[in-house]
Amino acid sequence: MLHIVNKSPFERNSLETCLSLAMDNSTILLIEDAVYAAMQGGKFSDKMASAAEQCSVYVLAPDLQARGMPDEKIISGIKTVDYSGFVDLVADNKNVQSWL
Amino acid sequence: MKFAIQVNEGPYQHQSADTAYQFTKAVLEKGHEVFRVFFYHDGVNNGTRLGIPPQDDRNITKQWTALAEEYDLDLVVCVAAAQRRGLLDENEARRAGKDADNIADKFRISGLGQLIEAGIQADRLVVFGD
Repeated sequence: MLHIVNKSPFERNSLETCLSLAMDNSTILLIEDAVYAAMQGGKFSDKMASAAEQCSVYVLAPDLQARGMPDEKIISGIKTVDYSGFVDLVADNKNVQSWL
Repeated sequence: MKFAIQVNEGPYQHQSADTAYQFTKAVLEKGHEVFRVFFYHDGVNNGTRLGIPPQDDRNITKQWTALAEEYDLDLVVCVAAAQRRGLLDENEARRAGKDADNIADKFRISGLGQLIEAGIQADRLVVFGD
C-alpha cells in the first residue's frame, strides 16, 4: 500500500498518524510540504529514520528542490523520486491513500 | 494502466492543484490512460476561464485545458460544488437566471456519480487536496 503525505509534520499531524497506522513493508511518499520531514536534524528525523527501516520511504525530488533542500541533507534510507517515479509507485501499489 | 484523479484544492492555494496537474501529465507521458479528472470541493475553481494570473506565473486552468486538448482528457467539475462557488456553464447559468458563465474550455459540469464511476473503472484513484 502507498501512503501519500503532503503536509509538513510541523504544521499538521497527518504524517504522524500515517506512521502510526502504516503496516510494515508499506510504502510512504512525502510530497509538497511533507518533504520537510525528510531532512536530517529535525524534530521528526529519528521517527523518520526508523520508519525508513520498516517501510519504503520516498520523497518527491522536485518538491525538495523547490524548497532549496539539498539531497545530502536527506535522512539516510529515504529515497528520492521524480514525477515519473511517483507514477510508478502508484502503479506498483494496489491501494493508494492520500493523508489529507 | 487506467488512472483517475481527484482534485480537491483550488488553484494558487497551496500546491495540490499543481501537483495534480504534474502527476496527471507524468501519467500520460508514461503511456498510461487517465479515465477522468474530477474536480471537487474548492477544486472546481481550477475550471474558471476568468482567472488572470500574472503573465510570468503559470496559468493552471490553461494548463489543464491544453493537457485535455492534447490527450482528450475528461475534466469533470462537481455540479453541487460548482454552484456553491459560482462556477457555471451556459446551461447552468441560464437555468439559474445568471448573466454569465465562466467554465473553461474542455471542462464540463456533472455529478458525483462521475467520481464513483471513475473509482470503479480506473485501476487507481489518486486524490490531491489540502
